[in-house]
Amino acid sequence: MTGLFSEVFLSALLFGAVTAAIPLLLAGLGEQMSEKAGVLNIGIEGMMLAGAYLGFVGAFYSGSLWLGFLTGAGGGIAVALVMALLCVRIGLNQIVIGIALTLGLEGLTALLHHFQFSRSYPRLPAVDVTVIPLLSGIPVIGLALFRQHLIVYLAVALVFAMGYIYRRTQLGLNLQAAGDKPAALDVAGIDVARTRTIAVLTTGALAGLGGAFLANVGAGLFIPFITNGAGFLGIVLAMLARGRPVWVLFGALLFGVCLSLTTAMQVAGINIPTDVIQMLPFLAVMIMLVLFGRRASLPAALGIPYERGVR
Amino acid sequence: MSIDTVPAAGATALDATAAVVTRRDIQHRLLMTIGPILAALIIAGCILLAVGVDPLAYYGFVLERGLLSPLGIQQTLTRMAPLLFLAAGLIVAFRAGMWNLGGDGQFLLGAVTAAASAPVFVEVMPAWLALICSFVIAMAVAMLWSLVPALLRAYQGVNEIITTLMMTFLGTSLANVLVKLMIRDPGTTVPQTRTLPVEDRLPRLFDTTITSGLLLGLAAIITVHLVMTRTAFGLKLRIVGANPRAAIHAGLGVPNLTIAVFAISAGLAGLAGAVDILGVQGNVRADWNPAYGLAVIPVVFLARMNGFAAIGFVFLLSVLSIGGESAARRLGVPNHFTLVLVSIVLIVLALAEYIDHRYNQSRRA
Repeated sequence: MTGLFSEVFLSALLFGAVTAAIPLLLAGLGEQMSEKAGVLNIGIEGMMLAGAYLGFVGAFYSGSLWLGFLTGAGGGIAVALVMALLCVRIGLNQIVIGIALTLGLEGLTALLHHFQFSRSYPRLPAVDVTVIPLLSGIPVIGLALFRQHLIVYLAVALVFAMGYIYRRTQLGLNLQAAGDKPAALDVAGIDVARTRTIAVLTTGALAGLGGAFLANVGAGLFIPFITNGAGFLGIVLAMLARGRPVWVLFGALLFGVCLSLTTAMQVAGINIPTDVIQMLPFLAVMIMLVLFGRRASLPAALGIPYERGVR
Repeated sequence: MSIDTVPAAGATALDATAAVVTRRDIQHRLLMTIGPILAALIIAGCILLAVGVDPLAYYGFVLERGLLSPLGIQQTLTRMAPLLFLAAGLIVAFRAGMWNLGGDGQFLLGAVTAAASAPVFVEVMPAWLALICSFVIAMAVAMLWSLVPALLRAYQGVNEIITTLMMTFLGTSLANVLVKLMIRDPGTTVPQTRTLPVEDRLPRLFDTTITSGLLLGLAAIITVHLVMTRTAFGLKLRIVGANPRAAIHAGLGVPNLTIAVFAISAGLAGLAGAVDILGVQGNVRADWNPAYGLAVIPVVFLARMNGFAAIGFVFLLSVLSIGGESAARRLGVPNHFTLVLVSIVLIVLALAEYIDHRYNQSRRA
């Protein structure tokens, strides 16, 4: 058993947990903003896939990881534009369009990958890490938490930036109002559609970035359907967090640890099917809900398109 | 979500004028369905052109293999069976205002239960009784699986989108665990359940390869439609869906109705899994997940939760997926293009409905 709890093993486990958590964190934060503004964004899985594919292609051809993140976020925004146009401007059913976008992007990214790379799966070189002085010297935690790619730190910083936006800025208030009582926001002279569009496009950017991280940093390659439900996990995280960005971070880390545990167990040669470990985070959350389940505080106008003058 | 009024096509047209109106209505509906589909095919055709595939050849294969060839249409009709059950389950849930997004987990657990029980039952009882018992157990397991989200929603007000989504992740993993560890067929090296012999499966219709599950699926969705539109129970559920607070004031037992809705919806999803296994697949392989549920959800919305319209859309979905699969094989396009095609069809249908609605509004005003 000493091998299982050795310093190397533990820090590898934690490192993997952080890597697995970042895409979920970005997706969760993005979904949270959409939901706050009253748009149930089920297309987030498609936005992540667009981000993963374009992010990988961008990084692969340019050789720059940062350009990859940029194209990934751009891919997410492109899908979000369609969503904003159809669901916010025109007011089509968000669940129909969201699922249609997810299905379409699943197919489209797999199709493009096929025509571009055929059956080969080229890999990106290993990523550079930013070592934080002093802190990275701490045993176990230092190796795992403070020797990550710069974007990991930025993603964590984003949690607090989001918290600030929601609590302290006009934009945060507008978003909240767009989700809870859009008519009131309209009366106050602020364009509901514009506010919601901002939220959906931000979701697209964050989800695309999360997808690009998943492909470029997490896996180092793109395979069709690489997100494998990460977007839906983001929706779960956003709803569980009840509007608080910090809770998304905790949730993402919980799921990240369990995902990382799956790989670590296999490496350690412990013969538990991965499916059992994959069930753990969901079991934990369901038990928590059964024990402490309270009325979820979702925005009142969630999922309802806003049309001026209609009761 | 509002209660839809009983669709005009379902109203009994007694006098001649009403009959004319109804016919025009049906013509209009057909136009509003076929037009967008053609538009979607053109858009998807541009994508095919862009990747260097002849769209006409592709659609030719889709049409031939999905609709016109005897084998193709039989496969299409067979594929409809589980989709119809899933759609029926979603109609109940959505009309009652409950977002059961956990259809895939319920489907898989129903499938695994049926696959585990049927080969055991056929050894001790006649095949028809074994099939019925398997169906009942599959339905019961799926119902049980929905109990936690149902109770949480009924008594704690926990949003069912989160809980059913999580239960579907859990259910998918649990189904895999069961197949790999508990009910694995010892006779094969591949992780899968014991295969139900073809002669013990659901009978095929006449001399075709169409499964009789199709009839069961049709019966299920029509029953659901009639119960939701013509009975007091259905009306109660629709009231809960339209305004849960008003439903409480009207003296309805909302928690009990909530649990009933989840049980019916999940039970039908479980039956969908069972009908796919007992009629077509015969066993469950590890990591098998057709994810039908995700495609059926938008279909039910586009049908406005109307059972008869849903049958039409499910048929369309089956033609596209069966035809797309073989067209992809023939032309060397990955099968993933079917997903793109279905997605474009869904979006354009939704758009067309909006434009039609707007046009009617401006004409009335």
